[in-house]
Amino acid sequence: MKINADTDRCIGAGMCALSLPEVFDQSEEDGTVVVLDPEPPDSMKTGVTRAVNLCPSGALSVEE
Amino acid sequence: MTEATPQLDTFPMERERAFDPPDLLTHWREEAPIRPLTFADGHEGWIVTGYAPARAILADSRFSSRPELMHSPIPERSARLQSFIVPPGFFIRMDEPEHTRYRRLLTGQFTVRRMRLLEPRIEEITRDHLDAMERQGPPADLVRDFALPIPSLVICELLGVPYDDREKFQRDSAVLLRLGSSVDQITAAMADLLTYLHDLVMRKMKEPADDLLSGLIAGGELTDRELAGIGLLLLVAGHETTANMLALGTFALLSNPPQMAALRRDPTLIQNAVEELLRYLSIVHLGPIRTALEDVEIDGHLIRTGQSVLLALTAANRDPGRFEGADTLDVSRSAQGHLAFGHGIHQCLGQQLARVEMRIGYPALLARFPGLALAVPADQVPMRTDMAIYGVHRLPVTW
Ligand code: HEM
Ligand code: SF4
Repeated sequence: MKINADTDRCIGAGMCALSLPEVFDQSEEDGTVVVLDPEPPDSMKTGVTRAVNLCPSGALSVEE
Repeated sequence: MTEATPQLDTFPMERERAFDPPDLLTHWREEAPIRPLTFADGHEGWIVTGYAPARAILADSRFSSRPELMHSPIPERSARLQSFIVPPGFFIRMDEPEHTRYRRLLTGQFTVRRMRLLEPRIEEITRDHLDAMERQGPPADLVRDFALPIPSLVICELLGVPYDDREKFQRDSAVLLRLGSSVDQITAAMADLLTYLHDLVMRKMKEPADDLLSGLIAGGELTDRELAGIGLLLLVAGHETTANMLALGTFALLSNPPQMAALRRDPTLIQNAVEELLRYLSIVHLGPIRTALEDVEIDGHLIRTGQSVLLALTAANRDPGRFEGADTLDVSRSAQGHLAFGHGIHQCLGQQLARVEMRIGYPALLARFPGLALAVPADQVPMRTDMAIYGVHRLPVTW
Protein backbone atom coordinates (compact mmCIF):
# COMPACT_ATOMS: atom_id res chain seq x y z
CA MET A 1 0.00 0.00 0.00
CA LYS A 2 1.29 3.44 -0.94
CA ILE A 3 -0.02 6.70 0.45
CA ASN A 4 -0.29 9.80 -1.74
CA ALA A 5 -0.72 13.20 -0.13
CA ASP A 6 -1.61 16.30 -2.09
CA THR A 7 -0.29 19.15 0.04
CA ASP A 8 -1.93 21.69 -2.26
CA ARG A 9 -5.35 20.37 -1.31
CA CYS A 10 -4.52 19.82 2.37
CA ILE A 11 -6.07 22.40 4.71
CA GLY A 12 -4.13 21.32 7.78
CA ALA A 13 -7.15 20.09 9.72
CA GLY A 14 -4.97 17.49 11.40
CA MET A 15 -7.45 14.62 11.31
CA CYS A 16 -4.79 12.34 9.85
CA ALA A 17 -2.14 13.23 12.44
CA LEU A 18 -4.72 12.85 15.19
CA SER A 19 -6.02 9.47 14.11
CA LEU A 20 -2.76 7.83 12.97
CA PRO A 21 0.30 9.64 14.37
CA GLU A 22 2.56 6.72 13.40
CA VAL A 23 2.03 7.54 9.74
CA PHE A 24 0.95 11.19 9.55
CA ASP A 25 2.34 14.40 10.97
CA GLN A 26 1.86 18.07 10.11
CA SER A 27 4.55 20.46 8.95
CA GLU A 28 5.72 22.97 11.53
CA GLU A 29 5.58 25.66 8.93
CA ASP A 30 2.16 25.58 7.34
CA GLY A 31 0.43 22.70 9.10
CA THR A 32 0.01 20.64 5.94
CA VAL A 33 0.35 16.88 6.01
CA VAL A 34 3.72 15.17 6.26
CA VAL A 35 3.62 11.46 5.51
CA LEU A 36 6.12 9.83 7.87
CA ASP A 37 5.70 6.40 6.39
CA PRO A 38 4.48 6.47 2.75
CA GLU A 39 4.45 2.68 2.49
CA PRO A 40 3.17 1.38 5.81
CA PRO A 41 2.81 -2.36 6.43
CA ASP A 42 -0.48 -3.99 5.46
CA SER A 43 -1.24 -4.51 9.14
CA MET A 44 -1.96 -0.76 9.32
CA LYS A 45 -4.48 -0.86 6.52
CA THR A 46 -7.57 -0.24 8.69
CA GLY A 47 -5.96 2.73 10.37
CA VAL A 48 -4.76 4.21 7.09
CA THR A 49 -8.18 3.78 5.46
CA ARG A 50 -9.81 5.47 8.45
CA ALA A 51 -7.40 8.41 8.28
CA VAL A 52 -7.93 8.80 4.54
CA ASN A 53 -11.70 8.82 5.02
CA LEU A 54 -11.50 11.34 7.84
CA CYS A 55 -9.50 13.84 5.81
CA PRO A 56 -11.91 16.72 5.10
CA SER A 57 -10.14 18.06 2.01
CA GLY A 58 -9.63 14.88 0.01
CA ALA A 59 -5.85 15.37 0.12
CA LEU A 60 -5.07 11.74 0.89
CA SER A 61 -5.36 8.63 -1.26
CA VAL A 62 -4.03 5.08 -1.16
CA GLU A 63 -2.65 2.96 -3.97
CA GLU A 64 -2.75 -0.78 -3.53
CA MET B 1 -64.52 30.92 0.63
CA THR B 2 -61.01 29.99 1.65
CA GLU B 3 -58.14 29.14 -0.55
CA ALA B 4 -55.63 26.51 0.41
CA THR B 5 -52.34 28.24 1.02
CA PRO B 6 -49.37 26.16 -0.05
CA GLN B 7 -47.56 24.60 2.90
CA LEU B 8 -44.22 26.36 3.18
CA ASP B 9 -41.59 24.40 5.02
CA THR B 10 -39.51 26.68 7.20
CA PHE B 11 -36.56 25.80 9.40
CA PRO B 12 -37.40 24.97 13.06
CA MET B 13 -35.19 26.34 15.87
CA GLU B 14 -37.30 25.43 18.92
CA ARG B 15 -36.76 21.98 20.35
CA GLU B 16 -38.97 19.45 22.08
CA ARG B 17 -36.10 18.07 24.19
CA ALA B 18 -32.93 19.84 25.32
CA PHE B 19 -30.40 17.53 23.65
CA ASP B 20 -32.23 16.36 20.56
CA PRO B 21 -32.61 18.20 17.26
CA PRO B 22 -36.11 19.54 16.56
CA ASP B 23 -38.43 16.57 15.85
CA LEU B 24 -39.32 18.06 12.49
CA LEU B 25 -35.70 17.72 11.30
CA THR B 26 -35.66 14.07 12.33
CA HIS B 27 -38.95 13.56 10.51
CA TRP B 28 -37.55 15.20 7.40
CA ARG B 29 -34.45 13.04 7.48
CA GLU B 30 -36.61 9.92 7.65
CA GLU B 31 -38.77 11.18 4.80
CA ALA B 32 -36.13 12.67 2.48
CA PRO B 33 -32.56 13.48 3.58
CA ILE B 34 -32.55 16.26 1.04
CA ARG B 35 -35.70 18.32 0.42
CA PRO B 36 -36.85 21.82 -0.56
CA LEU B 37 -36.85 24.51 2.12
CA THR B 38 -38.27 28.00 2.02
CA PHE B 39 -35.80 30.52 3.38
CA ALA B 40 -36.82 33.65 5.32
CA ASP B 41 -36.84 35.91 2.25
CA GLY B 42 -39.00 33.46 0.30
CA HIS B 43 -36.04 31.90 -1.54
CA GLU B 44 -36.71 28.32 -2.58
CA GLY B 45 -33.65 26.37 -1.54
CA TRP B 46 -32.85 23.05 0.08
CA ILE B 47 -32.24 21.47 3.45
CA VAL B 48 -30.03 18.41 3.92
CA THR B 49 -30.60 16.28 7.01
CA GLY B 50 -28.84 13.05 5.96
CA TYR B 51 -25.20 12.36 6.79
CA ALA B 52 -23.96 11.25 3.37
CA PRO B 53 -25.34 14.15 1.29
CA ALA B 54 -24.34 16.70 3.94
CA ARG B 55 -20.77 15.44 3.91
CA ALA B 56 -20.70 15.33 0.11
CA ILE B 57 -21.92 18.91 -0.28
CA LEU B 58 -19.51 20.26 2.35
CA ALA B 59 -16.62 18.70 0.40
CA ASP B 60 -17.85 19.99 -2.99
CA SER B 61 -16.17 23.10 -4.37
CA ARG B 62 -19.21 23.82 -6.56
CA PHE B 63 -20.83 25.17 -3.40
CA SER B 64 -19.87 28.59 -2.06
CA SER B 65 -19.58 30.06 1.45
CA ARG B 66 -19.95 33.66 0.30
CA PRO B 67 -22.62 35.55 2.25
CA GLU B 68 -23.80 37.73 -0.63
CA LEU B 69 -24.94 34.58 -2.46
CA MET B 70 -26.51 33.09 0.63
CA HIS B 71 -30.05 32.99 1.97
CA SER B 72 -30.89 32.37 5.61
CA PRO B 73 -33.88 30.67 7.23
CA ILE B 74 -33.81 33.30 10.02
CA PRO B 75 -35.48 36.62 9.08
CA GLU B 76 -33.03 38.86 10.97
CA ARG B 77 -30.04 37.07 9.44
CA SER B 78 -31.56 37.10 6.01
CA ALA B 79 -31.96 40.86 6.15
CA ARG B 80 -28.34 41.18 7.08
CA LEU B 81 -26.81 39.02 4.37
CA GLN B 82 -27.47 41.41 1.53
CA SER B 83 -25.60 44.19 3.27
CA PHE B 84 -22.88 42.03 4.80
CA ILE B 85 -19.46 42.98 3.53
CA VAL B 86 -16.87 40.34 4.34
CA PRO B 87 -14.03 42.03 6.21
CA PRO B 88 -10.57 41.27 4.76
CA GLY B 89 -9.20 38.17 6.48
CA PHE B 90 -12.64 36.81 7.47
CA PHE B 91 -11.96 33.62 5.55
CA ILE B 92 -14.84 31.48 6.89
CA ARG B 93 -16.99 33.40 4.38
CA MET B 94 -14.60 33.07 1.41
CA ASP B 95 -14.10 30.43 -1.29
CA GLU B 96 -10.92 29.10 -2.85
CA PRO B 97 -8.42 30.54 -3.63
CA GLU B 98 -8.86 33.52 -1.24
CA HIS B 99 -9.77 31.15 1.57
CA THR B 100 -6.74 28.96 0.95
CA ARG B 101 -4.30 31.81 1.26
CA TYR B 102 -5.49 32.82 4.72
CA ARG B 103 -6.01 29.33 5.99
CA ARG B 104 -2.47 28.36 4.94
CA LEU B 105 -1.01 31.18 6.96
CA LEU B 106 -2.78 29.88 10.07
CA THR B 107 -2.84 26.09 9.95
CA GLY B 108 0.75 25.82 11.16
CA GLN B 109 -0.36 27.51 14.39
CA PHE B 110 -3.19 25.02 15.02
CA THR B 111 -1.59 21.63 14.39
CA VAL B 112 -2.21 18.67 16.66
CA ARG B 113 1.34 19.04 17.97
CA ARG B 114 1.10 22.79 18.60
CA MET B 115 -2.10 22.36 20.54
CA ARG B 116 -0.58 19.64 22.71
CA LEU B 117 2.13 22.11 23.71
CA LEU B 118 -0.62 24.23 25.23
CA GLU B 119 -1.80 21.42 27.51
CA PRO B 120 0.12 22.43 30.67
CA ARG B 121 -1.14 26.00 30.48
CA ILE B 122 -4.73 24.89 29.82
CA GLU B 123 -4.50 22.50 32.78
CA GLU B 124 -3.31 25.37 34.95
CA ILE B 125 -6.11 27.69 33.81
CA THR B 126 -8.65 24.92 34.42
CA ARG B 127 -7.26 24.26 37.91
CA ASP B 128 -7.40 27.97 38.79
CA HIS B 129 -11.06 28.16 37.86
CA LEU B 130 -11.95 25.00 39.75
CA ASP B 131 -10.08 26.37 42.80
CA ALA B 132 -12.09 29.56 42.60
CA MET B 133 -15.35 27.63 42.36
CA GLU B 134 -14.41 25.54 45.35
CA ARG B 135 -13.41 28.57 47.42
CA GLN B 136 -16.66 30.30 46.66
CA GLY B 137 -18.71 27.20 47.44
CA PRO B 138 -21.91 25.97 45.81
CA PRO B 139 -24.06 26.81 44.00
CA ALA B 140 -22.17 28.06 40.97
CA ASP B 141 -23.11 28.96 37.43
CA LEU B 142 -20.96 26.58 35.41
CA VAL B 143 -21.11 28.84 32.36
CA ARG B 144 -19.90 31.97 34.14
CA ASP B 145 -17.39 30.27 36.44
CA PHE B 146 -15.94 27.52 34.26
CA ALA B 147 -17.16 26.92 30.71
CA LEU B 148 -16.88 30.46 29.34
CA PRO B 149 -13.75 31.82 31.10
CA ILE B 150 -11.47 28.87 30.31
CA PRO B 151 -11.68 28.92 26.49
CA SER B 152 -11.87 32.73 26.54
CA LEU B 153 -8.65 33.02 28.46
CA VAL B 154 -6.97 30.39 26.29
CA ILE B 155 -7.85 32.07 22.98
CA CYS B 156 -6.93 35.49 24.38
CA GLU B 157 -3.49 34.27 25.42
CA LEU B 158 -2.97 32.46 22.14
CA LEU B 159 -3.93 35.47 20.02
CA GLY B 160 -2.46 38.09 22.33
CA VAL B 161 -5.76 39.80 23.16
CA PRO B 162 -5.86 41.33 26.68
CA TYR B 163 -8.28 39.19 28.73
CA ASP B 164 -9.19 42.28 30.75
CA ASP B 165 -11.06 43.56 27.70
CA ARG B 166 -13.34 40.52 27.72
CA GLU B 167 -16.50 42.27 28.86
CA LYS B 168 -16.39 44.33 25.73
CA PHE B 169 -15.77 41.62 23.17
CA GLN B 170 -17.98 39.05 24.89
CA ARG B 171 -20.85 41.54 24.72
CA ASP B 172 -20.24 42.25 21.04
CA SER B 173 -19.82 38.61 20.10
CA ALA B 174 -23.08 37.75 21.91
CA VAL B 175 -24.79 40.33 19.69
CA LEU B 176 -23.30 38.66 16.60
CA LEU B 177 -24.52 35.23 17.70
CA ARG B 178 -28.02 36.28 18.88
CA LEU B 179 -30.42 35.30 16.12
CA GLY B 180 -32.80 38.13 16.94
CA SER B 181 -30.19 40.91 16.73
CA SER B 182 -31.19 43.61 14.25
CA VAL B 183 -29.07 44.47 11.22
CA ASP B 184 -28.09 47.73 12.91
CA GLN B 185 -27.04 45.99 16.12
CA ILE B 186 -24.96 43.47 14.20
CA THR B 187 -23.33 46.09 11.99
CA ALA B 188 -22.44 48.13 15.08
CA ALA B 189 -21.04 45.15 17.00
CA MET B 190 -19.00 44.03 14.02
CA ALA B 191 -17.59 47.52 13.45
CA ASP B 192 -16.85 47.82 17.15
CA LEU B 193 -14.95 44.54 17.28
CA LEU B 194 -13.03 45.32 14.10
CA THR B 195 -11.98 48.70 15.45
CA TYR B 196 -10.92 47.10 18.71
CA LEU B 197 -8.85 44.46 16.92
CA HIS B 198 -7.41 46.95 14.48
CA ASP B 199 -6.19 49.13 17.38
CA LEU B 200 -4.70 46.03 18.96
CA VAL B 201 -2.90 45.08 15.73
CA MET B 202 -1.48 48.61 15.41
CA ARG B 203 -0.20 48.41 18.99
CA LYS B 204 1.40 45.04 18.33
CA MET B 205 3.11 46.35 15.22
CA LYS B 206 4.98 48.71 17.51
CA GLU B 207 5.39 46.34 20.43
CA PRO B 208 5.39 42.71 19.29
CA ALA B 209 4.93 39.99 21.88
CA ASP B 210 5.07 36.21 21.86
CA ASP B 211 1.60 35.57 20.43
CA LEU B 212 -0.18 34.56 17.24
CA LEU B 213 -1.09 38.05 16.04
CA SER B 214 2.49 39.28 16.54
CA GLY B 215 3.72 36.20 14.68
CA LEU B 216 1.41 36.94 11.75
CA ILE B 217 2.58 40.55 11.73
CA ALA B 218 6.20 39.42 11.63
CA GLY B 219 5.38 37.10 8.72
CA GLY B 220 4.78 40.27 6.74
CA GLU B 221 2.17 38.84 4.36
CA LEU B 222 -0.93 40.45 5.80
CA THR B 223 -2.19 44.01 5.96
CA ASP B 224 -3.40 45.56 9.20
CA ARG B 225 -7.02 45.22 8.07
CA GLU B 226 -6.57 41.56 7.18
CA LEU B 227 -5.00 40.95 10.58
CA ALA B 228 -7.97 42.59 12.31
CA GLY B 229 -10.40 40.40 10.32
CA ILE B 230 -8.51 37.23 11.18
CA GLY B 231 -8.35 38.30 14.83
CA LEU B 232 -12.10 38.89 14.83
CA LEU B 233 -12.85 35.47 13.36
CA LEU B 234 -10.56 33.61 15.75
CA LEU B 235 -11.71 35.51 18.81
CA VAL B 236 -15.43 34.97 18.20
CA ALA B 237 -15.07 31.39 16.92
CA GLY B 238 -12.64 30.52 19.68
CA HIS B 239 -14.52 31.29 22.83
CA GLU B 240 -18.24 30.80 22.37
CA THR B 241 -17.92 27.38 20.77
CA THR B 242 -15.83 25.40 23.25
CA ALA B 243 -17.60 27.26 26.06
CA ASN B 244 -20.94 25.91 24.92
CA MET B 245 -19.59 22.39 24.48
CA LEU B 246 -18.18 22.39 28.00
CA ALA B 247 -21.43 23.56 29.60
CA LEU B 248 -23.92 21.67 27.41
CA GLY B 249 -21.76 18.54 27.56
CA THR B 250 -21.74 18.64 31.35
CA PHE B 251 -25.52 19.13 31.35
CA ALA B 252 -25.90 16.12 29.03
CA LEU B 253 -23.72 13.95 31.27
CA LEU B 254 -25.62 15.06 34.39
CA SER B 255 -28.83 14.10 32.60
CA ASN B 256 -27.47 10.66 31.64
CA PRO B 257 -26.24 9.17 34.94
CA PRO B 258 -25.09 5.83 33.46
CA GLN B 259 -22.94 7.68 30.90
CA MET B 260 -21.57 9.98 33.60
CA ALA B 261 -20.80 6.92 35.75
CA ALA B 262 -19.07 5.16 32.85
CA LEU B 263 -16.83 8.17 32.23
CA ARG B 264 -16.02 8.56 35.92
CA ARG B 265 -15.21 4.85 36.20
CA ASP B 266 -12.95 4.78 33.15
CA PRO B 267 -11.18 8.09 32.43
CA THR B 268 -9.53 6.57 29.34
CA LEU B 269 -12.94 6.94 27.66
CA ILE B 270 -12.43 10.70 27.48
CA GLN B 271 -11.24 10.80 23.86
CA ASN B 272 -14.28 8.88 22.67
CA ALA B 273 -16.53 10.82 25.03
CA VAL B 274 -15.41 14.15 23.57
CA GLU B 275 -16.14 13.03 19.98
CA GLU B 276 -19.45 11.53 21.05
CA LEU B 277 -20.53 14.69 22.87
CA LEU B 278 -19.57 16.72 19.79
CA ARG B 279 -21.67 14.43 17.61
CA TYR B 280 -24.62 14.06 19.96
CA LEU B 281 -24.89 17.76 20.76
CA SER B 282 -23.81 19.32 17.42
CA ILE B 283 -23.85 22.86 18.81
CA VAL B 284 -23.59 24.49 15.38
CA HIS B 285 -27.34 24.03 14.98
CA LEU B 286 -28.05 26.52 12.19
CA GLY B 287 -26.28 25.50 9.06
CA PRO B 288 -23.63 25.81 7.72
CA ILE B 289 -25.27 27.16 4.56
CA ARG B 290 -23.78 26.86 1.06
CA THR B 291 -24.92 28.19 -2.31
CA ALA B 292 -24.59 26.34 -5.61
CA LEU B 293 -22.23 28.05 -8.09
CA GLU B 294 -23.51 25.81 -10.88
CA ASP B 295 -26.29 23.25 -11.35
CA VAL B 296 -25.47 20.19 -9.25
CA GLU B 297 -27.32 16.92 -9.07
CA ILE B 298 -27.32 15.19 -5.69
CA ASP B 299 -29.22 11.96 -5.05
CA GLY B 300 -31.56 12.65 -7.94
CA HIS B 301 -32.29 16.24 -6.94
CA LEU B 302 -31.23 19.10 -9.15
CA ILE B 303 -29.81 21.96 -7.12
CA ARG B 304 -29.78 24.96 -9.42
CA THR B 305 -27.17 27.70 -9.64
CA GLY B 306 -27.88 30.27 -6.94
CA GLN B 307 -29.89 27.99 -4.69
CA SER B 308 -28.89 27.90 -1.03
CA VAL B 309 -28.56 24.61 0.83
CA LEU B 310 -28.77 24.38 4.60
CA LEU B 311 -26.69 21.51 5.96
CA ALA B 312 -28.45 20.53 9.19
CA LEU B 313 -25.50 19.12 11.16
CA THR B 314 -27.69 18.33 14.18
CA ALA B 315 -29.80 15.93 12.10
CA ALA B 316 -26.92 14.58 9.98
CA ASN B 317 -24.97 13.63 13.09
CA ARG B 318 -28.01 11.63 14.26
CA ASP B 319 -28.36 9.70 11.01
CA PRO B 320 -28.86 6.03 11.95
CA GLY B 321 -27.46 5.10 8.54
CA ARG B 322 -24.08 6.34 9.76
CA PHE B 323 -24.20 5.98 13.56
CA GLU B 324 -25.90 3.00 15.12
CA GLY B 325 -28.36 3.99 17.83
CA ALA B 326 -27.67 7.56 16.78
CA ASP B 327 -30.12 9.14 19.23
CA THR B 328 -28.40 7.54 22.22
CA LEU B 329 -25.47 9.18 23.98
CA ASP B 330 -22.81 6.49 24.25
CA VAL B 331 -19.44 7.76 25.47
CA SER B 332 -17.75 4.48 24.66
CA ARG B 333 -18.56 4.50 20.93
CA SER B 334 -16.19 5.78 18.28
CA ALA B 335 -18.02 8.79 16.85
CA GLN B 336 -15.16 9.67 14.52
CA GLY B 337 -16.34 11.04 11.22
CA HIS B 338 -19.04 13.20 12.83
CA LEU B 339 -19.71 16.54 11.19
CA ALA B 340 -19.75 18.73 14.32
CA PHE B 341 -16.65 20.58 13.07
CA GLY B 342 -17.96 20.66 9.53
CA HIS B 343 -16.23 19.00 6.57
CA GLY B 344 -14.37 20.10 3.46
CA ILE B 345 -12.02 23.04 3.22
CA HIS B 346 -13.76 25.02 5.98
CA GLN B 347 -13.57 22.22 8.53
CA CYS B 348 -12.91 23.89 11.87
CA LEU B 349 -9.44 25.40 12.14
CA GLY B 350 -9.63 25.36 15.94
CA GLN B 351 -10.78 21.77 16.34
CA GLN B 352 -7.54 20.47 17.81
CA LEU B 353 -7.58 23.30 20.34
CA ALA B 354 -11.22 22.59 21.21
CA ARG B 355 -10.37 18.89 21.67
CA VAL B 356 -7.52 19.66 24.06
CA GLU B 357 -9.74 22.05 26.06
CA MET B 358 -12.51 19.47 26.38
CA ARG B 359 -10.19 16.54 27.10
CA ILE B 360 -8.78 18.54 29.97
CA GLY B 361 -11.94 20.35 31.06
CA TYR B 362 -14.50 17.57 31.56
CA PRO B 363 -12.29 15.15 33.54
CA ALA B 364 -10.90 17.92 35.74
CA LEU B 365 -14.42 19.10 36.59
CA LEU B 366 -15.69 15.60 37.34
CA ALA B 367 -12.65 14.72 39.41
CA ARG B 368 -12.87 17.90 41.47
CA PHE B 369 -16.58 17.56 42.27
CA PRO B 370 -17.57 13.89 42.71
CA GLY B 371 -21.03 15.02 43.79
CA LEU B 372 -21.62 17.46 40.91
CA ALA B 373 -25.37 17.94 40.35
CA LEU B 374 -27.83 20.39 38.85
CA ALA B 375 -28.96 23.04 41.33
CA VAL B 376 -32.30 23.54 39.51
CA PRO B 377 -34.73 21.14 37.83
CA ALA B 378 -33.46 20.24 34.36
CA ASP B 379 -36.43 21.88 32.64
CA GLN B 380 -35.49 25.22 34.17
CA VAL B 381 -32.09 25.40 32.51
CA PRO B 382 -32.32 28.21 29.93
CA MET B 383 -31.41 26.79 26.51
CA ARG B 384 -29.76 28.79 23.72
CA THR B 385 -32.39 28.19 21.03
CA ASP B 386 -32.11 31.93 20.34
CA MET B 387 -28.38 31.84 19.49
CA ALA B 388 -26.40 30.70 16.42
CA ILE B 389 -24.40 28.37 18.67
CA TYR B 390 -26.51 26.05 20.83
CA GLY B 391 -25.88 25.45 24.52
CA VAL B 392 -27.11 26.77 27.84
CA HIS B 393 -27.28 30.40 28.92
CA ARG B 394 -26.65 29.39 32.52
CA LEU B 395 -26.05 26.07 34.27
CA PRO B 396 -26.65 26.29 38.02
CA VAL B 397 -24.76 23.43 39.69
CA THR B 398 -24.03 22.29 43.20
CA TRP B 399 -21.74 19.61 44.71
C1 HEM C 1 -16.26 22.62 20.16
C2 HEM C 1 -15.96 23.72 19.62
C3 HEM C 1 -16.13 24.09 18.16
C4 HEM C 1 -17.08 23.70 17.24
C5 HEM C 1 -18.24 22.74 17.45
C6 HEM C 1 -16.73 24.36 15.99
C7 HEM C 1 -17.44 24.19 14.80
C8 HEM C 1 -17.05 24.71 13.59
C9 HEM C 1 -17.70 24.44 12.32
C10 HEM C 1 -18.93 23.56 12.11
C11 HEM C 1 -17.02 25.11 11.34
C12 HEM C 1 -17.31 25.09 9.83
C13 HEM C 1 -18.13 26.24 9.39
C14 HEM C 1 -18.48 26.17 7.92
O1 HEM C 1 -18.26 25.15 7.26
O2 HEM C 1 -18.98 27.17 7.38
C15 HEM C 1 -15.95 25.83 12.00
C16 HEM C 1 -15.04 26.63 11.35
C17 HEM C 1 -14.10 27.40 12.02
N1 HEM C 1 -13.78 27.36 13.36
FE1 HEM C 1 -14.63 26.19 14.75
N2 HEM C 1 -15.62 25.13 16.18
C18 HEM C 1 -15.21 24.99 17.49
C19 HEM C 1 -14.13 25.59 18.08
C20 HEM C 1 -13.29 26.50 17.49
C21 HEM C 1 -12.17 27.14 18.13
C22 HEM C 1 -11.71 26.88 19.56
C23 HEM C 1 -11.63 27.98 17.23
C24 HEM C 1 -10.47 28.88 17.50
C25 HEM C 1 -9.42 29.00 16.95
C26 HEM C 1 -12.39 27.85 15.99
C27 HEM C 1 -12.15 28.54 14.80
C28 HEM C 1 -12.77 28.28 13.60
C29 HEM C 1 -12.41 28.92 12.35
C30 HEM C 1 -11.34 29.98 12.16
C31 HEM C 1 -13.25 28.39 11.37
C32 HEM C 1 -13.26 28.73 9.88
C33 HEM C 1 -12.40 27.75 9.14
C34 HEM C 1 -12.38 27.96 7.65
O3 HEM C 1 -13.26 28.64 7.10
O4 HEM C 1 -11.46 27.44 7.00
N3 HEM C 1 -13.39 26.94 16.20
N4 HEM C 1 -15.98 25.55 13.36
S1 SF4 D 1 -6.54 15.30 7.46
FE1 SF4 D 1 -6.32 15.93 5.31
S2 SF4 D 1 -6.50 18.13 5.38
FE2 SF4 D 1 -6.11 17.47 7.46
S3 SF4 D 1 -3.90 17.62 7.72
FE3 SF4 D 1 -4.34 15.55 7.10
S4 SF4 D 1 -4.18 15.58 4.88
FE4 SF4 D 1 -4.32 17.70 5.50
